[in-house]
Amino acid sequence: MTTDKQSGIIYGINGSVVTGKAMRPFKMREMVMVGNKKLIGEIIVLESDEAMIQVYEETEGLTPGEPIISTGSPLSVKLGPGILTNMFDGIQRPLKAMQLISPVFIPDGIGLLSIDSEKLWETHLTVKVGDQLSGGAVYATVPETELIEHRLMVPPHLEGTVVKVKPDGSYNIEETVVVLEDEHSHRHALKLHQIWPVRTPRPVKLRCEPNKPLITGQRIVDLFFPIAKGGTAAIPGSFGTGKTMTQHQLAKWSDAHIIVYIGCGERGNEMTEVIEDFPKLIDPKSGKSLMERTMLIANTSNMPVAAREASIYTGITIAEYYRDMGYDVAMMADSTSRWAEALREISGRLEEMPAEEGYPAYLSSRIAEFYERAGMVETLCEADGSISIIGAVSPAGGDFSEPVTENTKRYVNTFLALDKNLAYARHYPAINWMDSYSGYLGILQEWFQENIAEDVHTLRNKMLNLLFEENKLQEMVMLIGEEALPDGQRWILEVCRLVRLGFLQQNAFDSEDTFVPLEKQYRMLKVIEVLYDQGVDCLKKGIPTTILKNTELFDGIVKMKYTIPNNDLSGITEIEDQIERYYSELIKQYSEQEDV
Amino acid sequence: MRREYLQIDRINGPLIEITDVRDVFYGEVAQIRSRETGEVRIGKVIKLEGDKALIQVFQPTHGLASENSITGFTGNAFTLPMSKNLLGRQFNGIGEPMDGGPQVYSNREVNINGAPINPMSRVYPRNFIQTGISSIDVLMTLIRGQKLPIFSGNGLPHNQLTAQIISQARLGEGSDENFCIIFAAIGVKHDDEHFFRKAFKEAGVMDQVVMFVNYADDPVAERTTTPRCALAAAEYLAFVEGMQVLVVMSDITAYCEGLREISSARDEVPSRKGYPGYMYSDLATLYERAGMIQESKGSITFLPILTMPNDDITHPIPDLTGFITEGQVVLGRELYQRGVYPPIDVLPSLSRLMKDGIGEGYTREDHQDLANQLFASYSKVMEVRDLSQIMGEDDLSELDKSYMEFGRQFEQHFLGQSFTENRTIIESLDLGWSLLTILPKTELTRLSPKLIEKYLPY
Repeated sequence: MTTDKQSGIIYGINGSVVTGKAMRPFKMREMVMVGNKKLIGEIIVLESDEAMIQVYEETEGLTPGEPIISTGSPLSVKLGPGILTNMFDGIQRPLKAMQLISPVFIPDGIGLLSIDSEKLWETHLTVKVGDQLSGGAVYATVPETELIEHRLMVPPHLEGTVVKVKPDGSYNIEETVVVLEDEHSHRHALKLHQIWPVRTPRPVKLRCEPNKPLITGQRIVDLFFPIAKGGTAAIPGSFGTGKTMTQHQLAKWSDAHIIVYIGCGERGNEMTEVIEDFPKLIDPKSGKSLMERTMLIANTSNMPVAAREASIYTGITIAEYYRDMGYDVAMMADSTSRWAEALREISGRLEEMPAEEGYPAYLSSRIAEFYERAGMVETLCEADGSISIIGAVSPAGGDFSEPVTENTKRYVNTFLALDKNLAYARHYPAINWMDSYSGYLGILQEWFQENIAEDVHTLRNKMLNLLFEENKLQEMVMLIGEEALPDGQRWILEVCRLVRLGFLQQNAFDSEDTFVPLEKQYRMLKVIEVLYDQGVDCLKKGIPTTILKNTELFDGIVKMKYTIPNNDLSGITEIEDQIERYYSELIKQYSEQEDV
Repeated sequence: MRREYLQIDRINGPLIEITDVRDVFYGEVAQIRSRETGEVRIGKVIKLEGDKALIQVFQPTHGLASENSITGFTGNAFTLPMSKNLLGRQFNGIGEPMDGGPQVYSNREVNINGAPINPMSRVYPRNFIQTGISSIDVLMTLIRGQKLPIFSGNGLPHNQLTAQIISQARLGEGSDENFCIIFAAIGVKHDDEHFFRKAFKEAGVMDQVVMFVNYADDPVAERTTTPRCALAAAEYLAFVEGMQVLVVMSDITAYCEGLREISSARDEVPSRKGYPGYMYSDLATLYERAGMIQESKGSITFLPILTMPNDDITHPIPDLTGFITEGQVVLGRELYQRGVYPPIDVLPSLSRLMKDGIGEGYTREDHQDLANQLFASYSKVMEVRDLSQIMGEDDLSELDKSYMEFGRQFEQHFLGQSFTENRTIIESLDLGWSLLTILPKTELTRLSPKLIEKYLPY
């Protein structure tokens, strides 16, 4: 046995968990190669001479007695140019590279692959000999995609003077471009990449208040239940309610610089859809393909379960790396329930004492650790960066009181509850306004006031209150019918119907409605408010609801999402004028009648 | 010569344990030969710990004693020979011929577990399959390469519906020789198997069918391999031979119960309702084998049937299934009792892939909007019905009355059709439009004025 390549032997195999003997020299959370096939695994329990290893590949074919080889380092990812536009498995192996090894199916025992080490990158060096650099300082930039400049940073905890710099030029990621000498005269080679262990959060200088909204272009999210940049959100919903659809919409249209999309234990075709669709979609601001800012991690539901557990950490570590460059990163995890189930499955194989519904007792702390890696920060290089996490939750049986939903609720601030009945009526996005909430309203209020309008929040509250009122009235309608209600209440029902059809429902397949700028969102809601207020004035004069409900006017409002282009809102002013005209006319007629 | 083992240390249901084993790998197939009768049982290593091997046996274990058998390990994982000769044959749950025909010989042996398809190698399914059933074609369109389960209940006509789909669905774009059906019966009654056999005969496709049958009174352990054998055959025929494969599997509930039984014999920590915690991942290794790939022009379309225990859609089996499959067709008991066939409960039914496989160039431009309108209107019907139960239909408003009428017509003429009625998609779409005339035009909020102008009849 050599000192740098420790090895143990396989003792037992049970699904994705392998037990090893002669494991004393190994470290907790160390990455190991298991068996003759060299499957990638990670040590999760050490007990005197024995170790439990979770294996990220199919274990069929392993025999007790085969070797377990140490790699000496924890499960890590390679961070450098080549991550964006790429799609990886749960431990950062590019699926494209795997295709070269096996064209259709995922092969086993292919060892560790990572981002392309041959590709040459046009590198611009930003430091010179003699410069003092500390952790997080940028020493080179690479145009990684047409949209994103990749900034190479000194790894955290490293400090020193530049003693050697390569000239600008094309280099691959293994090339040393800067040599740094620290205070003990140790020299450190800085390449076009760095390695970081996935389970350790990358350090930042300062955590800040998340006071800017993540603009998603989705009306019910942006105006009713906003997510902050650096915030956390959960989207729970039973199957068929549109979790993935909502996640895709957010990934497409959020105004983050970088999108990290993790398909965690979900369908293979959904990932294929992203690969086929995203390159065709054009970012409304830059005019470039949306794929240029996106990276994907795909651990589909039938891929090994241990790699699913790791995929969340791989994703968040990559997100942190781009955040450290000073970018706003949005990370979608679809679905965190599958990740929790992977924890449960591995825990079961370890014969741990289960807590609720078979989940391990550490479920809550793992969920907390994950969501706490989000945040608005000042990075080590003193730039502003953020990670927003939007996690889908798939509660068993649609029951929000199950452990994963319950525990997630404790650590996220925006909760977008998807509703089966809305989905059945094809009301999309099927976000239930009664059960959802956002903890960022207060913090974001100032931003909305400065950037959109003074009354955004009062308008939102007013409309939401009407919807709450509607909900109560609906119960009454179920008993006595709509026609038996007094006029004032029938007016509320009519207006709320408009809010639901004209504002809350949003058509992801319509080129105009799929993404709506905040300005239009606000104006659309405002129109409905104007209508409501005018109607209330009329009601005071004794005009009945049946007359107030002008079909043409109502139709115009319901269809304004399609008829009024996002970049020209003059049509909304017209509708407002129509409303004013119609109702003032009505009041005039009625006063005249009364006079007669 | 490989070692053989003369002693079994523990027998518990379908599981046996053997000690002092050497050079056995995880997943290896074992043969247990009775010394008394010479009968051979097949098993698979499901856990190894030092020199102890836990083996799941696919035949009944009764009659086995600690010292009346000889166990040998074959040095192979569970594989089946694959060739085009599978077509027209019938096998049991571990892939042995049960039609009296010869063994299938081929130099191509495939592991029945398969391997996950690389998402980069998939092709996103977009080709519409016309089933001739209006509700499915218009509201939850089946796409080639989709996995679309039928959520049914005991006594509901899921078998008839499946048989109708089999006889009417156009899978092979006219050329029938290039399509085949794989039928996996997991824990089904003999009657059901007969029904399907008859249906295949009547549809004239018998020599294009491969059957894998595990009857309700067959060993439970075999239920876990039946679907895998079937899907291995499907993968071979689709991705190697380039055929359009339709996999029909009944009943997933029996499969999951088999899984639970084995899990409990292994003393595993149970999750909801006693089902194992890994049931989601396990089901995914079945369902995810459907699809299309870039390498081949073949496809696997997967129609699993499951009976929801107590008609409960939140039961773990339909629940986990719904999270993996690309939609579901839900059958409703109330509709069935009112005599509607096929009794498809459209509101909870869904096809996730339909959005990309319909519309202009595939079916017709109005398809998606019309489907949304029908869903929205029918969901309103449900509300109005609740109301009418309290107030009586006579006291409803005119608008609500029109919804009641729409609901009746929709169920009778749109959902309802006979077992042999085969409607084209255009007929089905036009039927949808004609039903919408019952409602006032102002209620058609999901349709653009342009479409209304063009398609709404007067």
